[in-house]
Amino acid sequence: MAVQVAAASRSEPSSALPLLAPAYLWLTVAIFLPLSAMVFFSFMTDLPLSGKPWAFTLENYAAFFSQSLYLTLLVASLRLGLEVTLWCIFIGYPAAYVLAKVLKGRSREAIFLLVILPFWSNGLVRIFSWAMVLREGGILDTALNAVLPFKINIDLMYSYPAVIIGLVHSYVPYMVLTCYLTLQAIDDSLIEAGRSLGASRLQVLKRVIIPLSMPGLVAGAALIFVPVVGSFMEPRILGGRTGTFYGTVIEDQFVAVFNWPLGAALSFILLAVVLVILAVASPVLRRAT
Amino acid sequence: MATTRVLEWLGRLYVWLLLAFLYVPIIIMALMSFNVSPFYQLPFEWTTEWYASLWQNDQLISATWNSVEIAVITTIICVLLGSAASLALYRYEFRGKKFLQVLLFPPIAIPWLITGTAMLIFFFGVGIGRGLFAILLGHVALALPYVIVVVSARLQTFAPELEEAARSLGANQWQVTNRVTLPWIMPGVIAGGLFAFAVSFDQFVVSYFLSTPGQTTLPVEIYAAIRKGFTPEINAVSTIIIVVSMALMLLTARFFKFGGEK
Repeated sequence: MAVQVAAASRSEPSSALPLLAPAYLWLTVAIFLPLSAMVFFSFMTDLPLSGKPWAFTLENYAAFFSQSLYLTLLVASLRLGLEVTLWCIFIGYPAAYVLAKVLKGRSREAIFLLVILPFWSNGLVRIFSWAMVLREGGILDTALNAVLPFKINIDLMYSYPAVIIGLVHSYVPYMVLTCYLTLQAIDDSLIEAGRSLGASRLQVLKRVIIPLSMPGLVAGAALIFVPVVGSFMEPRILGGRTGTFYGTVIEDQFVAVFNWPLGAALSFILLAVVLVILAVASPVLRRAT
Repeated sequence: MATTRVLEWLGRLYVWLLLAFLYVPIIIMALMSFNVSPFYQLPFEWTTEWYASLWQNDQLISATWNSVEIAVITTIICVLLGSAASLALYRYEFRGKKFLQVLLFPPIAIPWLITGTAMLIFFFGVGIGRGLFAILLGHVALALPYVIVVVSARLQTFAPELEEAARSLGANQWQVTNRVTLPWIMPGVIAGGLFAFAVSFDQFVVSYFLSTPGQTTLPVEIYAAIRKGFTPEINAVSTIIIVVSMALMLLTARFFKFGGEK
């Protein structure tokens, strides 16, 4: 802090403007104005383009609340987000713990890199790769039939579990990353102290490790939950006809049905839900910093 | 102590299982791109015909070039604008600075479905419309916050006394930036640039809403192909993409530790 005050005292704040303006102007034009425009359009009967008549209306929001379909799908998407997040915690947290507290040196670095490497590679391609594994006559099917003495048909493709598997695969690196960062910051002597005072491993985990790593868990959960609720490509590819969620309905409004104002209203409702969730999560996150 | 060793061993095993979960599907997908059968039937017979047929697919090739061009331009713009903004946020203390930093999070935190559809509506409304230019506008906006965050993180390790020293030795503002600050933050700038490239090159959702049939990017083209039906050609192009993006990330990791050990 003292360093920054010193920096401030020797510089003119006005010279910050030319450095900041281009970046923030770009963000305004491509993010903030579009988001505002979306809110505006969501109250219109039609897009004010090509001379079509339009008027202000609450119809698009009325559609959401009057047709139970949209609400049902939103709930289905929220449930999907919750399930994927929980699976990511179950799978990712122990891995983060092993990385932070068991592995050391180069092997830790290498494995950490391997876990987060897929995280930046193409999400679409990774979802497609699961289609290879899960489809009937796919690898999982073939491998299990080769091992088992009886014939079984694993056809997970185009089902709810397939969507869950694909999404967990896509998002579990986030959880490992955020939990690893907080777990790594826990002083080993705290754990040793707990143990030497007679606490069992489980007690240390419950009373020391999990509470101290809570910010990482919450950050990971938020990073996973939010995009999963808005996912549409993953359910489309892996879910087939069972893969209708809130996100796919929004996609339809823009690329198939061309009811943009309704799509904007549905998007805005999703944005509102997301913001509420982030607001709920933020106190825990702030406590961490 | 014996229990500890068993537990540690189980932990290691567990991490390897997680790695298998992460990589086996990708490896299978890649193997299938070298298999003769167009219906992914086993036994496995080696071929490179699917890669050869990619070269015949003009649509895919033009989409690939679009993707590369957009990613390169996005990287250049993001590095320039992002580094400038990070420097300003680091050097100057002014009212509203916190707010500007908070503004970096919506592009990262809001689902791309929402940002993408919002961009579609807005760009259509103001006459930019869809197409490569719109995609570029969107990609830069999505990647810019990452660059600012990464470069700012690097700046946190910079000692302002160095700038002070240079100044007292008679360097002007430009020389200080150019000779002292920039060389120090260069690893951050390079990492930020690679991040920007990856964000743009892998971006699907926003490109999907902003593309038109003639002006599209590789992931959008692949999505269209997947929805028509699975073919080994898709495996081939996916394999190329995954190898390229993983190589890029390994390169990034050389310049930027992901918040790991300091």
